[in-house]
Amino acid sequence: MIEWLKQPWPWYVAGPLIGLTVPALLLIGNKKFGISSSLRHICAACLPANIHYFKYDWKKEIWNLFFVGGIFLGGFIAAQFLANPLPMQVNPNLVAELKGYGITDYSQLIPTEIFNWGGLLHLKGWLLMVVGGFLVGFGTRYAGGCTSGHSITGLSNLQWPSLVATICFMAGGFIMANLILPFILR
Amino acid sequence: MSNNIPDNDFELRSLDATCLNESELVHPYWYNLKYLVVGIIFGIVFVKAEIISWFRIQEMFRLQSFHMYGVIGSAVVVGAISVFIIKKFKIKTIYGEDIQFEEKKFNVGQIYGGLLFGLGWAITGACPGPLFAQIGTGISVTIVTLLSAIAGTWFYGLVRNKIPH
Repeated sequence: MIEWLKQPWPWYVAGPLIGLTVPALLLIGNKKFGISSSLRHICAACLPANIHYFKYDWKKEIWNLFFVGGIFLGGFIAAQFLANPLPMQVNPNLVAELKGYGITDYSQLIPTEIFNWGGLLHLKGWLLMVVGGFLVGFGTRYAGGCTSGHSITGLSNLQWPSLVATICFMAGGFIMANLILPFILR
Repeated sequence: MSNNIPDNDFELRSLDATCLNESELVHPYWYNLKYLVVGIIFGIVFVKAEIISWFRIQEMFRLQSFHMYGVIGSAVVVGAISVFIIKKFKIKTIYGEDIQFEEKKFNVGQIYGGLLFGLGWAITGACPGPLFAQIGTGISVTIVTLLSAIAGTWFYGLVRNKIPH
């Protein structure tokens, strides 16, 4: 059983489990599945700075912080007890492309050659971690949700604004990965 | 522009993917632990299906793998069937409250913000959920990305009235 759990889980196991998060949160407390809102609650709790957008009772939304705390712990448990000992299997075309940028280590979930503390001192690492993170935080709040709030919860409830948002997420991703990122990594 | 920006708390919350219900029930703090448990299961799935992997996200945006499309697609199908069943049979929460669904209102932020998030998603290889899971797996440098995402959210709050919605 444990050996089986240690292998990478296929999409048809993971996808439905993630989909079930939607009714699970609704049934245990009428909560809407969404993760990026937690970043707003953290702002409201730590540094509201008299900004209207952060002046609300964040304690009412504290369940969301428990939820992301659980995601953190889930990551810890999976890495400690269920880790896959083998390197990731990645599409050979991507391996060939990344090799050109000096990325050859597939033992971690992220390329540790560029995502590391020392990398922050270089423009490349700065763009990937700091600018990238900023875009994620700014963009999700501007859009009113991320992959969970729009693409999964919103689409599950057949909300067309969420479909617009999801299409834009994907468009932005395609533009970055294919047209801009190669220049950053080079 | 300011006319179009929702100003009261209810509207602010409906734009977000936060809970909208004003539950009449008051629970002690430890009731929140059930959300922690759902989060733990969710986090384990994130890691084990390699959804939090930068490499899988790169494959997705290069159409080199079906994996992420399968994950998101089947999650939406299962979520949609669940929502349909809850609505059809008017299923209540475990505390007997009605489950509410709200219509999302369109604003151009979903386009501009969506594109900006997409750019960030492909760079960092992570949407907000995976950031928390990556840190949990021991990738400490993701703390920087998470702090930067919090800064981005804060900056949005700061300039919210000056950008189109």
